[in-house]
Amino acid sequence: MTTLNVAAKDLAAGEEVAFVPRRYQALRYFMRSRAAMFGGAIVAVLVICAIFAPWLAPHDPTVQNLNMATLPPFWLHGAQPGYWLGTDELGRDILARIIWGARLSSIVAFSVVVIGSIIGVSLGLVAGYVGGILDDVIMRIADIQLAFPYVLLAIAVIGVIGASLYTIIAVIGITSWVQYVRIVRAEVISLREREFVQAARAVGDSVTRIIFRHVLPNVMSSVTVIATFELARAIIFEAALSFLGLGVPPSIPSWGNMLAEGRQYLDTSWWMGTFPGLAIMITVMGVNILGDGLRDAFDPGLRSQ
Amino acid sequence: MVAYLVRRLFGAALVLAGVTVAVFLILHLSGDPALIMLPPEASQQDVINFRHEYGFDRPVLVQFGDFAWHAIRGDFGTSIRHGDPAMGLALERLPATAELAFSALLLAMIVAIPAGIVAATRRETPIDYIVRGVSLVGQAAPVYWIGIMFILIFGVALGWLPISGMGGIKHLLLPMITLGAFTTAKLMRITRSGMLDVMRSDYVRTALAKGLSSLSVTVHHALRNAILPIVTVIGLELGTLLSGAVITETIFSWPGIGRLAVQAIYDRDYPVVEAVVVLTAAIFVGLNLLVDLTYAVFDPRITYK
Repeated sequence: MTTLNVAAKDLAAGEEVAFVPRRYQALRYFMRSRAAMFGGAIVAVLVICAIFAPWLAPHDPTVQNLNMATLPPFWLHGAQPGYWLGTDELGRDILARIIWGARLSSIVAFSVVVIGSIIGVSLGLVAGYVGGILDDVIMRIADIQLAFPYVLLAIAVIGVIGASLYTIIAVIGITSWVQYVRIVRAEVISLREREFVQAARAVGDSVTRIIFRHVLPNVMSSVTVIATFELARAIIFEAALSFLGLGVPPSIPSWGNMLAEGRQYLDTSWWMGTFPGLAIMITVMGVNILGDGLRDAFDPGLRSQ
Repeated sequence: MVAYLVRRLFGAALVLAGVTVAVFLILHLSGDPALIMLPPEASQQDVINFRHEYGFDRPVLVQFGDFAWHAIRGDFGTSIRHGDPAMGLALERLPATAELAFSALLLAMIVAIPAGIVAATRRETPIDYIVRGVSLVGQAAPVYWIGIMFILIFGVALGWLPISGMGGIKHLLLPMITLGAFTTAKLMRITRSGMLDVMRSDYVRTALAKGLSSLSVTVHHALRNAILPIVTVIGLELGTLLSGAVITETIFSWPGIGRLAVQAIYDRDYPVVEAVVVLTAAIFVGLNLLVDLTYAVFDPRITYK
């Protein structure tokens, strides 16, 4: 009797696993992965800093106070209480500027992901599903885009139309669609031949309906993974432009601007350039770990060792 | 093989033509190139004279025809600042960039491929953890921040290495490691996961079972099969290196084409910007073609048709 019970329980447990829908399996796998949760936590901190910057920042990030200029971080001699990471050459609090910088980085990065994914996914769907000459044209444009040294492209465009938050988002956005196109197109080409898509075609579904009901939902997991990595790239790219003096105006606290200013004072105030760089690195690391975790959760075949 | 080569060369020419058109369009994005190239304090008469001198008062299509006709022969006009042919200036600076980029790539290959192999064969050991940690950090640290930190540590604090200019191996070290860090990290990761995949395959198990030494199996059986994705990544990383060179050269005052381009944008010297962008794209396309052709060397199953 006991044996039978055990067997039944095993069977029940086995069935439970077998009938969990795939997306819950992915979620469960993701929640169990400590690394992925760690990455997610870092991204959550970024977003919280971005949203609540005015309340979290210990000081106003733009207020200059020359009496408090170039204070070192709290563990060094000469530090002032309340200025945990020290101040810059104009007496602005570094920690406050890093927290506000998270807001700028988030605005740029999330906008870039929205622009890049909308353009990239649409073109990828068209190229993969419609094929033919449209496919050729889209893929040639993608090749051209890939051949462009993207930092040079961005600084050339910004040099011509001028730097502002919007031009920076637009420029980074248009350099980010290629990754989506290539992956989405490849997946759509294989999905197009699958039974459920052919069945939908056989019962007379319209092309739009097939694309939105059957194809798009099946590429969304890949798109999410690319979007994560593009988020990291946008954060690095935005700071690079600011670093080269082609980013947002210096009055706006941004990690790249802080790095560019810090570079001038390396021999006297090392903390000015070190902390914003650390902020970028930790954020990007978190986003990358999150992306790896998502990829592993969505696609068990690709699970990295 | 010949047919394949002809097709690829035609594709490359198409891509370069696209890049050239895009470069022309970027300069005309603002409507009036004369206003971009002249300093803001230029008088109305200056603008009119400049437009006439550079032919910007002709219809756009005529300008484009003229531009394309010269561009085909590598003529992008004369530098506004230096008065020399723009392409000549770019070619003059090319060897410096080539030295930097290739030494960075070489460094990445010498460090990353053995490190990735060792990490894969000694999985879950301290060596593996170190390789994975370095790869995670290296892929997240932005190139400009690594450069700043190197200057801070080895230039300012320790005073071991020169931090700007070109000349001798000592000058090359910091820019080379700065530029190569990301590629090293990425290549480590690809090598490691590629090797892990291959090591699990039946032929590796067979080779080990018949008593071959593990070194021989690793090199002759596993690495030979893991090399293709590594070569692909190297090809794609060339773009990253060329873009990264723009920033690295700016930080270390390295006299290459990246620094030339950034300076040209500050100076509004657009002929030089155009020449550098097209030249860099041509190098990227050419090198990737070479990489594709080497596939057949590494994998005899691949033939080009």
